[in-house]
Amino acid sequence: MRIDTRNLPFLATLAIFVVAYALCVSQFPAMLSTRVAMNLLTDNAFLGIAAVGMTFVILSGGIDLSIGSVIAFTSVFTAVTVGAGLHPAIVLLLVLVLTTAFGAAMGGMIHLLKMPPFVVTLAGMFLARGAAFLISTQSVPLSHPFIDALSSFYFRLPGGGRLTSIAMLMIAVFVVGAIVARRTRFGANIYALGGNPQSAELMGVAVGRTTVAIYATSGFLAGLSGIVYTLYTSAGYSLATVGVELDAIAAVVIGGTLLTGGAGLVAGTFVGILIQGLIQTYIVFDGTLSSWWTKIAIGVLLFLFIALQRTILWSTERGQASRRTAAMGAT
Amino acid sequence: MTGAAPPPAATGAPLLEATGISKAFFGVAALTDVDVRIERGEVMALLGENGAGKSTLVKILTGAYRLDAGSIRLEGAPIEPRSVADAQSLGIGTVYQEVNLLPNLSVAENLYLGRQPRTRLGFLDGRRMQRDARALLARYGLSIDPGALLGTYSVAVQQIVAIARAVDLSGKILVLDEPTASLDARETAMLFDVVRQLKREGLGIVIITHFLDQVFAIADRVTVLRNGRLVGSKAIAELDRLSLITMMLGRELKEETLGRSGSEAAVSAEPLVSFRGYGKRGSIEPFDLDIGRGEVVGIAGLLGSGRTETARLAFGADKADSGTLIVDDQAVSVTSPETAVAQGFAFCPEERKIDGIVADLSVRENIILALQARRGWMKPLPRAEQIAIADRYIKALDIRTAHRDLPIKFLSGGNQQKAILARWLATDPRFLILDEPTRGIDVGAHAEIIRLIEDLRARGLSLLVVSSELEELVAYASRVVVLADHRHVAELSGEAMNPSAIMAAIARPHGSAEPATREVAA
Amino acid sequence: MPDMILARLKRLAPQLIALALVLAANGLVSPNFFDLTWANGRLYGSLIDVLNRGAPVALLAIGMTLVIATKGIDLSVGATMAICGAVAASLVAEGQPLAVALVAALGVGLLCGLWNGFLVAILQLQPIVATLILMVAGRGIAQLVTEGVILTFNDPGFAFLGSGNLLGLPTPVILWLAVALIVGVIVRRSALGLLVEAIGVNRRASALAGVKTRFLVISVYLVSGLCAAVAGLIVTADIRGADANNAGLWLELDAILAVVVGGTSLLGGRFSILASLIGAMIIQSINTGILLAGFPPEFNLIIKAGIIVAILALQSPALGSLWAFLRPAPRSPTPAAPDKKELVAR
Repeated sequence: MRIDTRNLPFLATLAIFVVAYALCVSQFPAMLSTRVAMNLLTDNAFLGIAAVGMTFVILSGGIDLSIGSVIAFTSVFTAVTVGAGLHPAIVLLLVLVLTTAFGAAMGGMIHLLKMPPFVVTLAGMFLARGAAFLISTQSVPLSHPFIDALSSFYFRLPGGGRLTSIAMLMIAVFVVGAIVARRTRFGANIYALGGNPQSAELMGVAVGRTTVAIYATSGFLAGLSGIVYTLYTSAGYSLATVGVELDAIAAVVIGGTLLTGGAGLVAGTFVGILIQGLIQTYIVFDGTLSSWWTKIAIGVLLFLFIALQRTILWSTERGQASRRTAAMGAT
Repeated sequence: MTGAAPPPAATGAPLLEATGISKAFFGVAALTDVDVRIERGEVMALLGENGAGKSTLVKILTGAYRLDAGSIRLEGAPIEPRSVADAQSLGIGTVYQEVNLLPNLSVAENLYLGRQPRTRLGFLDGRRMQRDARALLARYGLSIDPGALLGTYSVAVQQIVAIARAVDLSGKILVLDEPTASLDARETAMLFDVVRQLKREGLGIVIITHFLDQVFAIADRVTVLRNGRLVGSKAIAELDRLSLITMMLGRELKEETLGRSGSEAAVSAEPLVSFRGYGKRGSIEPFDLDIGRGEVVGIAGLLGSGRTETARLAFGADKADSGTLIVDDQAVSVTSPETAVAQGFAFCPEERKIDGIVADLSVRENIILALQARRGWMKPLPRAEQIAIADRYIKALDIRTAHRDLPIKFLSGGNQQKAILARWLATDPRFLILDEPTRGIDVGAHAEIIRLIEDLRARGLSLLVVSSELEELVAYASRVVVLADHRHVAELSGEAMNPSAIMAAIARPHGSAEPATREVAA
Repeated sequence: MPDMILARLKRLAPQLIALALVLAANGLVSPNFFDLTWANGRLYGSLIDVLNRGAPVALLAIGMTLVIATKGIDLSVGATMAICGAVAASLVAEGQPLAVALVAALGVGLLCGLWNGFLVAILQLQPIVATLILMVAGRGIAQLVTEGVILTFNDPGFAFLGSGNLLGLPTPVILWLAVALIVGVIVRRSALGLLVEAIGVNRRASALAGVKTRFLVISVYLVSGLCAAVAGLIVTADIRGADANNAGLWLELDAILAVVVGGTSLLGGRFSILASLIGAMIIQSINTGILLAGFPPEFNLIIKAGIIVAILALQSPALGSLWAFLRPAPRSPTPAAPDKKELVAR
């Protein structure tokens, strides 16, 4: 059986998740229930949606620090405008247009100014958070029949689990994201950019357009994530979701995507989200452990995965010389 | 030696004809009134020294640069390629030296990026892409898995994939820019098979290379540029090596005209540096080498023969995994540049811009860098002393710079090279390793560098010089070690040391068990 | 020598002008902005406030400047601040002598720097990736130390670091000035500055010239960790408690901003600690100015975003080439131009 080194980090992630879940279940059999599984999905829905956008950005060799702020902005904007009497459907549409345009603008700056994405999206992070503060610094409760209908919709599963609307939305986003990444030209262009932007350009990839589209997608998904967060908490708060970009980056990297871009899978990010959720769930079940262990565990996993990728890279480079002629099937 | 002349084009216009091409950068002319023509089914070698304007011409033909004056006609119709993609769609494809594909994508994805086959729903049709890729590669004699990552294959395979992509996209003209620079002999032969096949299919092929052997092996016609102007374009059958070199260098270069200072110099019997069984797996096979005091030992071989590897190993830039090093009768361990510098070693690397200059720092800072590094960060060179050292070498080596505090990136290649030399001379080394010291600099600077090498030898330094300028090498070296296939295959000295003997040694088949031959004239 | 002073002033001119403009604007919105009064053995006034409040970012900017000069970045300094503050507070709260607590905190800061340096120099991870690990895990570690509570203490000696007076100025001001002076003198009086710049411009060439690149790269992260430790001590001492969640939160971004405002390129190479410190003061002056003008502090973020965009536009290579294009006389052949002639730049 041939294992592609491309998928090695993903398989490692999957193995870690399965083993970790099995260990958790052996200690707390109650964790093996649809209720726990579904809660895990619901609780991490907003993070998962944003992480899909982050996956695209990181695959292309970039980074987006603005998503936590954009989520907060979305939630405040939604809560305040709905509170002011606008119909939620219009508000949701409007906010998605806004965040998409915001992402596109950052992508445009990255391309036109040829500046590191890290700094441009840092400005975006400050701007979006500042805008959220300007709208309101209070936690604004949100209540509207339309919103309530959306957030309270769920399927009941055997075992008492509830597959909520936002969990379904996250899964849908992951499915669409995976299809876009692997089965569209846009997706192929993202991987090409992450491999080497100069080569990609020489090979005919429209670098500018693709960069704008990538950050626009990330902005759109951050907006969608903000909507989900608003539904989840039924409130808008400008101080919320501080540092979510770090969780999203962690999920992407733990999911096996190369932080330098060009290699990784959207499905890996899903497993990365599940691992993060699993750690939190375990801590809740344990009861004696404190929540800060989550951060430490994620930090350790981050290190392990970055080190794993580094090792794979080194071994490929070393293997290169010996494979040089061996791999030739020339006649 | 030459291939049979291709069948002449049926009738009418040549495949591609460019006339009166001129291009200037910042007021400096790079190309002046150059005419060039490519026929169907022809391999045209574009030759010239570094800076002759080859790459500028290629970039104009392939749409990377716009021309200032002149016209290009493709199959008789005027064209004006505005971008690489534009030129590609017109029928002109390019493959660069450093493969410009994406190692993180699969072979098939590389072949079809931007034009992937899609299903009726608009999604990528991966299966069809693989099938197409397999069929396409089969035409080039490659039976590799198109689903595997490109980066897992050798440079030669990647190069052929790049050619397959370019030809598939363009189909009329293929420009190969130094395609064999990082290939070994077998891989080069494989590449040339592909080029010959494309030629038979009627493509016009432009190849840029600095390996003259390869020019004679593959080209039908040679076009030579010098200082941005056309020197001439001749059928290969009309040329021999010397006339070709004469076209390129613009002077009668007879092997015997250069002084033979190296072999005449008195060389002390006592070696300063002795490598015994020194080698590194996968890089260079173990070798023995002695360099005497006041001796220049040359290293010759094609790119990829292990010559740069030998130089890096000698300096500790790469770690040897076998053998011993004896300096001044003491066994020493040189495992890093720091330890090498401590032994009085110095190394001017081949890739001046990547490994040599520190572009944003001043000429002064570049010159004192190695000395400062050896003293350690705690013992800074006083500024007055830095200035004195910099000025001394700027004067001694005639480094032409407006000011010692000018960033070194603004200097010309030759002056940068001299500054790197100054950096090492400032450390007062006893063993100096030079990797292609005259590469990419103009003829005038060539002569200065050579004079410097002879000067240093006269002052008692030991030098190890890697160079592909064989005529120069035999002039200043007392011995030349010939490399091929990552092995030292011969050591020539005295009358046996001349360019043709070196080339003969390179060209000779090398059985792996055969020991290195030693040829010394009586 | 006057030439050198002139050259330095020229280098600092944009930062000094920007600072002057911001201060002038502050003077307009708050007429007594420049007033200084002497009371209780120290100076009071808005200017002193700027120096005092800007202490943590100024300290971080010192280490960050060196890290960025090597083409690196240190995202973990905020988390390092939290860890060091937590360590010192917990030791003091346990009744350990203050000296032990301080040395331990500084030691932990060095340890954090060593970890980052190890990842960057030895494992050769991208700095942004390497330091992200500690950025994520660091706050968890800090909470581990404080056991999840805001750890308060009542040690006047420790509190002095945050709210005491020394030589007529708030202690934090003296601390950051002292650290800046020490680091600045060490860097510029030794060959450290030159070697760090060489690494930042071309690490491969520097290594081949015999520069101890690993050692130097680790060193700059050590300095960064140490600066973060001092900043963490000041913040902790100021509120007389270690807040693992909020101590130094997002200050790494402010520090990077200060360095960028100071004109040190994120691509490494030439650096100026003094310019970064002026950058830190510009940022703090804006913060103070917004408060004085009666605007809600929320404006801070928007203005910072504006600053970044403005600097990006100014520093952008794309705009730079446009600028060079618009300039009439070609000053020198660009490195990209073919070097066919022995051209000497004028």
